Parts: sequence; C-alpha cells; structure tokens
Amino acid sequence: MSQELLVASALSVRFGGVRALDGLDIRVHEGEVLGVIGPNGSGKTTFFNAVTGFVTTAGGSVTLGGETITGLVPREIARRGIARTFQRLRLLLELSVFDNLMLGQHLSLDHGIVANLLLRGRLRASMTSHIESARHLLSYFSATLPGKLFEPVSALTMIDRRRVEVCRALIREPRLLLLDEPSAGMTPEETAELMRDLQKVKAERSRLAVILIEHDMDVIESVSDRCAVFDYGRKLCEGSYAEVSSDPAVRRAYLGVDDE
Amino acid sequence: MASLPNGLPIVSDRRASPLPALGALVAGAAAVLGLLLAEQQWEVATLAIVGALALLIGGKLGWGEVIHRSATDHHRWITPVAWLTAALVIFGLREHNFELLMLCTVMLYMVAGLGLTVQFGYTGVVNFAAAAFMGVGAYTAAVLLLHTGLPHVLVILAGGLVSAVIGSVLLLPLLRTRGHYAALITIAFGILFRTFLEVNDTLGGPQGLKVPGMEWFGLVFNDAIEIDDETEWSFYLRYAGLCLVLLFFAYHFVRRLERSWLGLSLDAVRLDETAASAFGLNGAAWKIVAFSIGNFLAGMAGAVYAMVTAFIAPASFTFGDSLILVSIVILGGLGNPLGLLPAALIVVVLPEKLQVIQEYRFLLFAALVIAILLVRPGGLIPRRARDYFPGAGGR
Repeated sequence: MSQELLVASALSVRFGGVRALDGLDIRVHEGEVLGVIGPNGSGKTTFFNAVTGFVTTAGGSVTLGGETITGLVPREIARRGIARTFQRLRLLLELSVFDNLMLGQHLSLDHGIVANLLLRGRLRASMTSHIESARHLLSYFSATLPGKLFEPVSALTMIDRRRVEVCRALIREPRLLLLDEPSAGMTPEETAELMRDLQKVKAERSRLAVILIEHDMDVIESVSDRCAVFDYGRKLCEGSYAEVSSDPAVRRAYLGVDDE
Repeated sequence: MASLPNGLPIVSDRRASPLPALGALVAGAAAVLGLLLAEQQWEVATLAIVGALALLIGGKLGWGEVIHRSATDHHRWITPVAWLTAALVIFGLREHNFELLMLCTVMLYMVAGLGLTVQFGYTGVVNFAAAAFMGVGAYTAAVLLLHTGLPHVLVILAGGLVSAVIGSVLLLPLLRTRGHYAALITIAFGILFRTFLEVNDTLGGPQGLKVPGMEWFGLVFNDAIEIDDETEWSFYLRYAGLCLVLLFFAYHFVRRLERSWLGLSLDAVRLDETAASAFGLNGAAWKIVAFSIGNFLAGMAGAVYAMVTAFIAPASFTFGDSLILVSIVILGGLGNPLGLLPAALIVVVLPEKLQVIQEYRFLLFAALVIAILLVRPGGLIPRRARDYFPGAGGR
C-alpha cells in the first residue's frame, strides 16, 4: 500500500450558522486519483479552500505527508506542495501563457535584486530553460499551445485556458493537485481529452496525487481510483465508482433516483 | 500563426528596418524642441493639433507596431541613440533658461511618474500623494544641504530613502484596505504632510525654504556658464544634465524590473492577488516592495527638484500636484514608462505655452484623461506585453 499523503480528519468549516463542512474525513494516498462528487453546496469547493488555506477551519485537522498544515496561509501550503485550479478560471488574462505558467513556478524562481536587474545574461539563460520546460509541459496537452507561449491568455479558447490553468498547477511538480471541476464550460469530448492528457503527465509522475471535483460521472468513472460523495458538508460514502454509484443513499441524494 | 510540427512558431529571420524607429525619434525630438521653443500661441496650437492627428492616424495605420518592431530589432543601438538625442535636445536649448527649467520639471515628473508606474501601473497600489513624497525628498534635501556637508549626490539618495521610510508609515493601513479606501489614506497623508509643513517653523512654514544649489567635485551648478564675451549658457544646462542622468537610471531600473521575475510578481499582485497566493506569492510583501520603490523614486525626483528650483514651499507639493502626476501616468499609458514623456510634456509644458488654457488647466487635464480613457483606454502609448528580453519572448 502506498503512503498516505493527505489526511483530513473531522474537518469543519462554518459560514455564520451554515456548516459548510461538518466533520469531514478524507484520506488520499500518493499516486492516487480521488474523485469528489456531490450536489451543489455540498462543500466540495469549501473542502479545497480549507485544504489550501483560503478559508479558516472551525475544527479538525489536515496533514500533508504527516505534517499538519491546518491554519497555515495559502502561500505556506503551496510551499509544501499543494497546487490547485479554480472552478471559475483565475488566470491572469492580460498576461501571456508563459507569465501565467511562471506564476505557478513562483516559489522556484530567484527574486533577488541582483539576479533580476544586473545579471541579465544569467537571467536570460534561466529563462530559456524555463521556456523549454513550459513548452514541454504544454505539449502534453496540445500540439499548438507551445507555439502560443507568448500570446495573452485572453486570446485563447476556453479549452486552452483550462489547459493553461492545469499546467500552471502542474509546473512546479506538486505532490497533490486539486482540480476544481475542470469540465465547467467545456464539452464532454474536450473534458475527456483533458483527462487523457493529464493521465499522460501522471504516468510520468508516479507519486502525484490528484483530487478531482467533478459533476460529470463519466469523467469520474474513467479517471478516479476512488470516489467520495459529499452531501451537506459530510462524506456520504466512499469507495470505488461501482460501489459508490450503486449505494442507495448516493442514488437518493445525488443521482436523484428513488429506489423502490 | 504558422508553426513547425514541434509546436515552435516560425519566426522570420528578417529584421525590421531601423527607419521607423529613427523617424519616431527625430519626430519626437522635433516635437519637444518645437513645443519648448514655440512663442506664438498659434504655433503651439498647431503643434498640439499635428500631434493629436499623428496619434489618431498612426493609431489607425498601426504605426505603433511598426515602430516597436523596428526599435526592438535594433535596440542595441537605438536605445543609446535615443538617450544621445535627448542630450542633444538639452544641449540645443543651452541658451534658454526658462525652457531648460521646464524640461527639468518634465524629466523630474517623469522620474516620479516611473515611481507611480511601479506602484499603480504594475502592482495596483494607489498613491494619490506622489507629490507629497516628492516633497519629503525635497525637504530632506533642503535640510541636508543647509545643515550638513553631506556630498550632494548622497543628498539625492537620502531624499529617496527618507521618502521610502516615511512612506512605510502608510503601509499598515494600506495593506489593510483596498481600492477607494486605500486611495483615501494616501490623500489624507498628502494633506497631512502639507499641513505639517505649513505649521512647522524650522522647515520655513508656508514661506518655504531657500535651497542651496548642487555642487559636484567642485563644480558649482548655479554658476553661470560664460563661453565668451557674447555668449552665456544657462546654468540650468547642468541641472538638465543631472535630471537626464537620474531619468536614465530610473527608466532602465523600472524597465529591467518589469522585464524580470519581479515585474511578473508585481503584475500578479495587481491582477489576482488571491490566485497568486495559491502559488506561494506573498502579496503584502510585494506591495511593500513596490510602494517603497515608487516613493524612493519620487523622493529622489523631489530632492533634485528642490535644487533645481532653489526654493521649495508647501504649495509646491499639493494634492493637485499629486493628481497631475496620476494623470500623467494614466494619460501616457498605465504601466508604460515610454508614455510618460508625451504625457508629462502635455501636462507640464502645454499650459505654460498656451496662456489661454492656463486658468483652465485642471479642467483640460480632466477632459483629456476622460477623453483618453474613452478613446484610447491604454493611454497615448499603451503598455505592451512583457518582453523579458528585447525581441526574445514576444515574437
């Protein structure tokens, strides 16, 4: 059995009187893809926000590789190797694809005054290698995207933007990748393609763990090793796709099917 | 764009002709000289209309792109030539006191504008007290020149440093607020600063202070330059040279800043601080860096301004002056250092030359800024996509 990477236990988040997360327990192992499904408002995105430090937790804990990360600010959590995408894309639209990817690389870049302002030759050399690796990563997702490295993101199609956002999260080789509904705004074919491309990257990074929030059950079925179903801020059930999709409670809450 | 099978774009090896860039340079120098030397109202008006037409027609025909390509492909020698041209323009005005003084003001406003570019243009930190920070630098320089024997080059640096340090007082409230509220804090600081000066007797109160001139290795800047019995050059010539040197360093500092990982971080703070924090970026730290750099530049500009004008008073650093600086930055093209030149010329020189509009200058600037925001939201010379090295990335 591979190592446990992320352990969230009894995690709670409150917004005023609303319990957005209500004692949630989630475990993710290295190299695993965990699919998270659940109705709107069931706490899926709040779970991501709690793990990445964007909301303060009201109770419980999160550990990453054994180290407690509860209560840390987002940038400290990023430093420990968690990267995420956002449900509504949050790219820097007026900047180039390269600039956006380099934001993902922020913690690995040298921000010294001398390195940036005076040693321009060395900066240029390091930039060239970053351009190379950015093109390489993009080439997993699209044949044309590497050629658009210096185009503003605002000039890209929806699917290309989504790809850039996924690449921005992948570029610093995180230990855990959180994908918040990557299919939003895309056709099922485009989503399937994105997931296939992501699998190609994952195939080369055996320890990379992914948590995927998704409404599209086909996507969940095809890529996730395990599924967790959220409802009212709790985990309704957990298991393989087959187990979960046949669970009567899930069918009632999520799939909207009455069992007789 | 056409591309090779490996996804790399096909980049044309043909370099653009240097002529468009040289043409723009000559036209720019002619415009500056013409504007400064024009004596008749109709001359100035004609120049303004020609300039506006060139902008309109050039904008439609894509001259900007052509000039940019040409300048990028030959940046190795075009950039030095541009600075040389600026020096020649100054030298051409060697016998014109008033015009050189105006040019000094333009250059110093550009330096302060570069500071605002870092703060507001890149990082999105508003500062409606840029003139007050110039004032901090100016008063620092005045006090140091009057009471210490500090070498005068260090006095200029001290003006910048003190300005950055005093600016840090505003950091705490600035980091806790955003948008309108942050703007209000800087406005309050500007008014506070002026009031403080007016009631402070050691700093001259409302009457202000006389400031000794600059000296550098025995060279007294305020001495007249007598060439022979007939000709005398303006002593402002030396100051204009000093301003140009300051502008040179400030300009290339800001350019390199933008074209580095630092500039990317500043942009990220402006565009989406929250998303950036998910990748480890510390928004507060970057805002502190940007605010301090901007105030440092404004403070140095103020220190030199004090020496150039030889007299400073609270009335030289009002909220109105801060607004003028903000309008220069927006008019020129937010985030583009190059746009500061035409904008500063319009805002500083045009009202001096066109007496008709002198009394309506604020009305005019307001109308101009609104017109620019409506017609050319990017400003006179809009900011271009980041090109980390000239011609390296963006092509």
